[in-house]
Amino acid sequence: MSHYLLRRLLIAIPSLIGISIVLFTILALAPGDPFEELATNPAVPPEVRTALRAKFGLDDPVHVRYLRWASAMLQGDWGFSFVSRVDADRLILQRLPATLFVIGSAQILALLVALPVGIYAATRPYSIFDQIANTLAFIGFSLPTFFTGLLFILLFSIYLDWLPFVYTEVNETGWRWWWGHLRQAIMPITVLGLFQGASMTRYVRSAVLDVIRLDYVTTARSKGLAERIVIGKHVVRNALIPVVTLVALQMPAVFGGAIVTEQIFRIPGIGSLLISSILANDTPVIMAVTFVFACLVILFNLIADVLYGWLDPRISYR
Amino acid sequence: MDERELRGLIEDVKVGKLSRRGFVGIMTAVGLTAPMATQLLALSGVAHAQPKSGYKPTKRGGGGALKVLWWQGPTLLNPHFAVGTKDQDGSRVFYEPLAGWDADGNLVPFLAESVPNLEDGTLAKDGMSATWKLKKDVQWHDGKPFTADDCIFNWEYARDPATASVTIASYKDVEVEKVDSHTIKVKFKKPTPFWADAFVGARGMQIPKHLFEDYRGGKSREAPTNLKPVGTGAYKFVDFKPGDLVRGELNPNYHESNKPYFDSIEMKGGGDAISAARAVLQTGEYDFAWNMQVEDVILKRLEEGGKGRVLVTPGGNIEHIQLNNTDPWTEVDGERSSIKTKHPSLSDPAVRQAMALLVDRKSVEDHIYGRTGIATANFLNNPERFRSKTTKFEFNIEKANQILEAAGWKKGSDGIRAKDGTKLKFVYQTSINAPRQKTQAIVKQACQKAGIDIEIKSVTASVFFSSDVANPDTYTKFYTDIQMYTTTMTQPDPELFMNQFTSWEVATKENKWQGRNITRWRNEEYDKLFRAAQGELDPVKRASMFIKMNELVVNNQVVIPVVYRPAVQAVSQKLHADISGWDNNTWNLRDWYRDA
Repeated sequence: MSHYLLRRLLIAIPSLIGISIVLFTILALAPGDPFEELATNPAVPPEVRTALRAKFGLDDPVHVRYLRWASAMLQGDWGFSFVSRVDADRLILQRLPATLFVIGSAQILALLVALPVGIYAATRPYSIFDQIANTLAFIGFSLPTFFTGLLFILLFSIYLDWLPFVYTEVNETGWRWWWGHLRQAIMPITVLGLFQGASMTRYVRSAVLDVIRLDYVTTARSKGLAERIVIGKHVVRNALIPVVTLVALQMPAVFGGAIVTEQIFRIPGIGSLLISSILANDTPVIMAVTFVFACLVILFNLIADVLYGWLDPRISYR
Repeated sequence: MDERELRGLIEDVKVGKLSRRGFVGIMTAVGLTAPMATQLLALSGVAHAQPKSGYKPTKRGGGGALKVLWWQGPTLLNPHFAVGTKDQDGSRVFYEPLAGWDADGNLVPFLAESVPNLEDGTLAKDGMSATWKLKKDVQWHDGKPFTADDCIFNWEYARDPATASVTIASYKDVEVEKVDSHTIKVKFKKPTPFWADAFVGARGMQIPKHLFEDYRGGKSREAPTNLKPVGTGAYKFVDFKPGDLVRGELNPNYHESNKPYFDSIEMKGGGDAISAARAVLQTGEYDFAWNMQVEDVILKRLEEGGKGRVLVTPGGNIEHIQLNNTDPWTEVDGERSSIKTKHPSLSDPAVRQAMALLVDRKSVEDHIYGRTGIATANFLNNPERFRSKTTKFEFNIEKANQILEAAGWKKGSDGIRAKDGTKLKFVYQTSINAPRQKTQAIVKQACQKAGIDIEIKSVTASVFFSSDVANPDTYTKFYTDIQMYTTTMTQPDPELFMNQFTSWEVATKENKWQGRNITRWRNEEYDKLFRAAQGELDPVKRASMFIKMNELVVNNQVVIPVVYRPAVQAVSQKLHADISGWDNNTWNLRDWYRDA
C-alpha cells in the first residue's frame, strides 16, 4: 500500500511539471499586457511601463521566465502579483475560506439530496417517484450553473426580494452574523449543490439498482430481515463504493463550476480571483491558481483510487 | 476663436456679463478642459469660485453603513502605484490631495488651507511657482501630524524612477521647497501656466512620510502600508482584500467638522456592470455603483424600480474614429503604416471630408448609447466657422457623394468609387464591445450609399489595447485604414492631450509603437504652435493656441469624434453623491450623505 502511494506520488511529479509547462506557455503566447491600462493613459510616461516590465522580468524570453518561476516555486515562492503587488499565495489564502465553505456546503447539500432520493428511486424503479426524480435530475445537470444562478437571482432577489445576491462580509455579531451569512450563502450553495446533486442522484440510483438485484440481497430478504435493514446494511453499503470514488473524482469539476458561480454571486473565492487575474493579465496569480487546481485534480484522483481499494478489498494495489 | 475674443470673454466674466459656468461651457466646446478654463479665469484675476458644498448633516457620523459597488474592485491602495481609476478611487477613500477638481473644473482645497491665487501672491505672476499653505490641524489616521515634510517626501518618492510610480510625470519636472512647517513652494523650470498638477487631484494624493520613508525606490513594493493605508481622509482603513473588498470606518479626527456622515464604508468588487446596476437600481442592496457600462435601454428599465437613479457626469472621454495618414498595406523596413508611406486614398482631403459626413452621430446616440454617449458637435463645429450656422454636426450622404464626385472619385461597375485605379475600400477596426460593433454597422451602411466599401474588423479588447510589440492588431500599430476607440481627456491640462498630434510623437517601430500620435498625422504649423504653447507664459495666449491647434485637427479631419462618453453611475434614490468628471469618483466622499 505504501509502495503504491509512493509510486503514485512520484508519477504525480512529472504530471505537475508537464501541466506547469503547458500553462506557462499558453499564458506566454496569449496576447495582453498587465500594464495595459497604463498604455492608454497619456499621463503616464511610457518609461514607467518599460521600467515596470523590466522590474517584473516581463521582457525576458519565455523559457527564462519559466525557469525562474519554477525555481521560485520549488523554494515555496508562489510569485508576486503584478496587479496588486502582493504575493500570490497570500491572495489565494485570503480567498480560500470562501471557496471551501461554499463548495463544502454545496457538496453536503448534494449528498443530502442525492442519497435519499437515489436510494428511494432505486428501490421502486419506474414508479412515479422514480420518473419524477429522474426527470428533475436530467433537468438539473443539463442546466449550467451560470444559468440557474441568474434564474435564482431573478426570482429570489429581484421579483421576491427575499435574498441578497451580493456575497460580502457580514458586519454583525451573534446570531445576526449567522443569519446574514446564511441568507447570502443560500443561493450559491443551492445552485452548486443541486447541480452536483442531480448527477449524483443518477449515480446512486444506478449503483443501488445494480446491487439490489443480486442474490445475497434476495437471501437477506428471505432470511426475514426487515426491508430497512436489507437496504441500509446490505444494499447501500455495497452500492456506495463506486459512488464514493465518483464523489472524489468529481471534486475538481466542482471547483470548476464554482468559478462561474463565484463570479455571478461575487463570492470572494479563488474562482473569482482566477477570472479577475485573467482579465488583468496577471500571469503569476493565474499560474498560482491554476496550479492549485491542477494539484487538486491529481490529489483527488489519488484519493479516489485509494478510497476505492479501501472500501472494496477485492481491489489490490500493485 | 483667437486671443482677442478669448480676452473679451474673460472680461465678460469679470464684469458679470457671462457666468463662470457659461465660460467653462464655451471653453470645453472649443477643445479645452473645464479645469483649464477655470485656471484661465484664476490667472486672469477672476477669483476662484468658492464652490458651495451641498452638505446638510449637522453632526459627524450616524449615517450607518455606506455600501458601494465597484464591479472591478481596487487591487492596490497606494495612489502612486494606482494602475487604473479603480485603484485611484479605492486609494482616495483614505488619502487626500492638497486640492481636488469639482464637476465644474474648480479647485476645492482638501489638505490645503486655500488654493494658490494671484491676489495674495501665493501664485507667482511670472508663472514660475505656486505656494501651497497647508491646513494646520490635519492628522494622519495614526495620530501623527501632517506637515510640509510629508509633501516634500511625496515629491521625492514619486519622482524617483526606481519607484516606477505612475505619478512620476506630475513630479519629475518640478522642484518643491519647504517654506515653513505648513507651507510648500512648488517651483517650475519654465513659466507654467497650468500649475495645478502636482499635489492636485488623482495624482496629488499624499502618503505619510513616517510610514513610507524606509521604502523608497526599489524597495517601495515591500512597504506594509501599501496594503494598509494610513491617510488623512474622512474614513480610516479597516480591511482590504485585493479585487474584492475595501472597508473603512469613520475617522473621528477628520479635519472638517460634522464630516463624514456615514459610520463605515464598504467598497465591494467583482461581478459585472449589469448586476451591479441591479443591486442599486432594482433591489437597493447597495447605495452606489461605479461605471455603468450598460446599454441605456437596460438602465432605463432598471430605473423603473424607483429604488435608484442614473447619474450622468460630463467628463472628457470621446469615442472617436481615426483615419490613417499612412499606408497600412505596404511594408517598409519591417513595419506597416510607416511614416515613409502615404495613404493612397485617405490622404485626399476630399475623402476625409466625405468620411466625416458619413458618420451618423445622431443615430449612434439615439439607437446605441442613449444617455451614456452624447453625439457631439464639439471638435467638429468650432464656433468661428459655424457660429452663424446651426451648431449641429452634419450627416449628409448627398453632400459626401458630391464632394467625392467633384474630387474625381467615380463610381465603378461594382458601385465602389475609384480614382486612378485606387478603390475606396477601407478596413475599419475597433475593440469587441457591443455598442462599437453597432456603430461600425451604422457607418458601414452610410459609406455603402456613398460608394465606399467598408470591411469591419473587431479585435478583443485585451489585444487591441495592449502594448504587445509582436501583435499586429494593437491600436498603436494601426495596421488598418480606420479605427475607433475612446480617448480620455480627463487630464486637466490639454498639453498632454494635444501632444498626440505632434510629429515627434508618431508611433513607429523605432519607439516600439509607444509614440502617442497614432494617426501619424504630421503638420508643421501644428508642431510650431505646440512648441510655442509649451513656453507661452500668457495663459490667454496659450489657451488660444490650443484652440487653434484643435481647429487644425478638426479641419483636417485627423479624427472624427463620434460621441462624448460621460461618466455613468447608479445611485440610490436617497444618496447624495458628489461626482466630478475631472477627478476620482470618490474625490469628495466626505460630502456624501443620505436623506434620512
